[in-house]
Amino acid sequence: MENIFDVAIIGGGIVGTAVAYRLAHRALSVVLLEKEPDVCHGVSKANSGIVHGGFHYSATTTLKGRLELRGNQAFDRLQRELGFPFQRCGILVVAFAEEQLATLEKLHAQGVANGVPGIELCDAERTLQLEPKLNPPVFGSLYAPQGGVVEPYRLVFSLMSAACLNGVELRRRFEVVASRNLGESWEMTAADGRTVRARYVINAAGLYADVVSSLFGAEEFQITPRKGEEYLLDRMSQARPSKVIFPVPSAHTKGVLVIPTAGGTTMIGPTAEIVEDKADRTTTAKNKERIFGLARKMVSGVSERDLVTSFSGSRPVIEGKEDFFLAISAKAPRFLQAAGIQSPGLTASPAIAEYLEQLLAEAGLPIKDKPSPFLPWRSTPTLRDLAPQEADRLHATDNPAWTNVVCRCERVSEAEIRAAIRQGHDSLEGVKLATRAGMGRCQGGFCGLKILRLIADELGISLEEAIRRESNGKAQVSILGGKEK
Amino acid sequence: MKTLQKICICCPTGCHLTIQLADGNIEVTGNRCPRGDNYARQEINDPRRIVTATVAAAGNPHCRIPVKSSEPLPCAMIPALLEELYAMQVSLPVAMGQILLKDYCQTGIDIIATRAR
Amino acid sequence: MKALEYEIAVIGGGAAGLSAAAKCAASGRRTVVIERGEELGGVLLQCIHSGFGLHYFREELTGPEYATRVLSQASEAGAGFLVSATVMQITPDGPGHLLTVYSRQEGVIMVRARAVILAMGCRERCRGNLGVPGDRVPGVYSAGTAQQLLNMEGIVPGRRAVIVGSGDIGLIMARRLTWSGVKVECVLEIMPYPAGLSRNIAQCLEDFGIPLHLSTAITGIQGKDHVESVTFAPLVNGVLDLTQSQRVHCDTVLFSVGLVPENELSRECGVQLNPKTGGALVDDTLMTSVPGIFSCGNVLHVHDLVDFVSQEAERCADSAVRYCAGAVHDDQPGLIPLEPGDNVRYVVPNQVVAGNPHHLFLRATTILEEAVAEIRDTEGTCRFTRRLRHVRPAEMISLDIPGDCTADARGLTVALEEK
Repeated sequence: MENIFDVAIIGGGIVGTAVAYRLAHRALSVVLLEKEPDVCHGVSKANSGIVHGGFHYSATTTLKGRLELRGNQAFDRLQRELGFPFQRCGILVVAFAEEQLATLEKLHAQGVANGVPGIELCDAERTLQLEPKLNPPVFGSLYAPQGGVVEPYRLVFSLMSAACLNGVELRRRFEVVASRNLGESWEMTAADGRTVRARYVINAAGLYADVVSSLFGAEEFQITPRKGEEYLLDRMSQARPSKVIFPVPSAHTKGVLVIPTAGGTTMIGPTAEIVEDKADRTTTAKNKERIFGLARKMVSGVSERDLVTSFSGSRPVIEGKEDFFLAISAKAPRFLQAAGIQSPGLTASPAIAEYLEQLLAEAGLPIKDKPSPFLPWRSTPTLRDLAPQEADRLHATDNPAWTNVVCRCERVSEAEIRAAIRQGHDSLEGVKLATRAGMGRCQGGFCGLKILRLIADELGISLEEAIRRESNGKAQVSILGGKEK
Repeated sequence: MKTLQKICICCPTGCHLTIQLADGNIEVTGNRCPRGDNYARQEINDPRRIVTATVAAAGNPHCRIPVKSSEPLPCAMIPALLEELYAMQVSLPVAMGQILLKDYCQTGIDIIATRAR
Repeated sequence: MKALEYEIAVIGGGAAGLSAAAKCAASGRRTVVIERGEELGGVLLQCIHSGFGLHYFREELTGPEYATRVLSQASEAGAGFLVSATVMQITPDGPGHLLTVYSRQEGVIMVRARAVILAMGCRERCRGNLGVPGDRVPGVYSAGTAQQLLNMEGIVPGRRAVIVGSGDIGLIMARRLTWSGVKVECVLEIMPYPAGLSRNIAQCLEDFGIPLHLSTAITGIQGKDHVESVTFAPLVNGVLDLTQSQRVHCDTVLFSVGLVPENELSRECGVQLNPKTGGALVDDTLMTSVPGIFSCGNVLHVHDLVDFVSQEAERCADSAVRYCAGAVHDDQPGLIPLEPGDNVRYVVPNQVVAGNPHHLFLRATTILEEAVAEIRDTEGTCRFTRRLRHVRPAEMISLDIPGDCTADARGLTVALEEK
């Protein structure tokens, strides 16, 4: 008799993994189904990594406004529990034209009404004092000291790892292509024929939440991808501000930002444009020019000479609805929607998880605390944050590979990379997101081959096979003189 | 009369050579040293190149031994030589300068290792 | 933690590091080479083609042969070596320096040295630095990485390639890929003239009928799980003409778009850099702005010929040795600035002692068939001239200046005037 889980979560992005982490504290059997080879490969992969300040949306009239502030406040505790990079560096929304001051006042009023601690309306002088790198003329700003930055992939990976340590099962490469209501449970089938049964299902499928909803006969809606491009600057860039710099927002978008990332680099972007293809991850010359132009106007020192890499991703926008769609389905039994999670999804994620847990209880699932203690998950130490004495001790007591520096730009050791591969992050991209190896200024020029050799070694495959895997088998890689010609 | 333009490959300078052919006579200009003249004449009659490649160590195609031809080889022979080199498996150890293929196709040209392994 | 002490620590075990260490050790100084790779030799090990050593060894050698020679010189002279060892930090330590070294074998090693020679070489600029639009998919390599994959592992990355950039690395790889059974569709060069040596245009492109598109920029990379095509367009008067855009199907893209001296460590320990070269600002002893820290090779400025790297490394070694013997240079009277003038992109060193003989390296900004190198002082008086032919940005110029030329000058500018 096939095991029936209490809850199946479809989608391993920030929402799915935040819920998994929360439910891992309860006496429930939980499975997370992720269609990609690893979690955090969908919408969350292109996240800007901002923990928002709680004033962009009303907490009384919107769900996202309410959950944003609550989520923001949970990040200190979450960081203590999981150890991902997070800094409350503060957010500054800056008016670069006099007519923008009115919007700032509205945002400030909204922040005060929402209950944002420490929110401050600043004049030009105070603004420049808070951030001297701003490009004048500056007319004033809104300062939210509780805003911050986080490394989104390390957050998602640590949520998932901690959840798995505490009993949540993760099924990778599990794309739900069919589902059947068996009365008390749902049976979900993957593209490769695997099946899973669960009483309750949470739809956290990001860009494909509409597809999943259809499969379960739940609400009909359309997800439109709204793409954003981001440009990453060298960590030595003179333009790195001390706080996240926002322009005054427009109707649809918070605008192009200058972000001092949690990793120590500077990121500029994103744009916001509707695209046709959900899988569109391209960057364009037009947007590169636009983003650099806008960023340069805000912060002096932004320069194309510091460009390290660029990427894009799409927000999963529900046509006709700008708020989070968090609800018990009115059409499909024991099915919860967690769709249309655009910004401030990451900020709100701990609160979204709490909200979904409440919805599960309302939907009839008894939720009790786990009798056994929750096992704390300790993230792998990172060489770059260790003092030499510590690194030497780990070399002697844990693994000599601790002092083998594989990625020089980001100071990542062989030990960390092997640990990441063993945790299931067994591709160049996975290793990069988990450890930062390959994310630095040389973009894997020095370490890329080394990482591939480590993957090959850990997985017991050849180097060409490791290379071929990177492209889902499409790469026509061969050995000199080999038969594949 | 026929005029050809060639770049001399003998040294990094890369002189632009002008070669005039008339009634079996070859006239070379543009060379800054005598090697350019020799190169032009050779290039007209029988173009040759130094060949470099890597060959696999026996049992380990990822352990590569870099090799070079002891002399420039006629261009037409290069593809077949490369095919033979890529099919080779060489037992270690290999010494620097060790001949891995002697007198290739009776040209008197050897293929030698350019690294000890 | 292990502690070691040397008189001279050389960071980097490529051509520059090995040649410098050979000279230091031969001069009787206890010297160590600290190399982050598993083997010594640096990039030379993967440059299996010929063309090295014509000046330095008076023989035409392949990269591995050159590396073997300089390595033998260093080890026979008695230099020590640490491999799989990365210098994480350099801090002042009394009259000398303390290097924090992370070694796979030994753990953390604290290395004390009186003098340090920076010889870390370069990294390659890559697709990410250029912000080439399109899909981010596997199959895109910097030329040097593809070279390592092919020559050190015997792995052929694909079947059809496009190469962006006509610098020597890209040209060499055009030939290497072709000889490995890959169809090289074309080479794209953004400038109106090739970036690499003419001889390489001949033996790497013309020999195989590989088209070189000048004044052409790549405009995008397309593909789903892997590279499937690239698009490119010509530049007309410096502006992209997208109406003439073309698409070429391929599965591999190589970027050969420039080298950047790897000076992260240098910056972190306070060495001032020259924005024109990306390397350290140095005086005529090749000492940086930090007393006792010297620099040579590609990390100082990108060279074309490894022979010049070894010669520069030897001069650097001599300076480090004199420094260890107590020669004080910092407050030396007579150090004057040396600046690049017309048609000169950069000159190394940046400061010289007036009245001493000097060796200069410089690069032109443009092609000049007939030129004169002129050194003028702050008064505008010409102190030195040398006729030069076939001046090209791709070919570094080496000049020896006699001592009396610069006596009593307060500052100097070197220019290349067209004749």
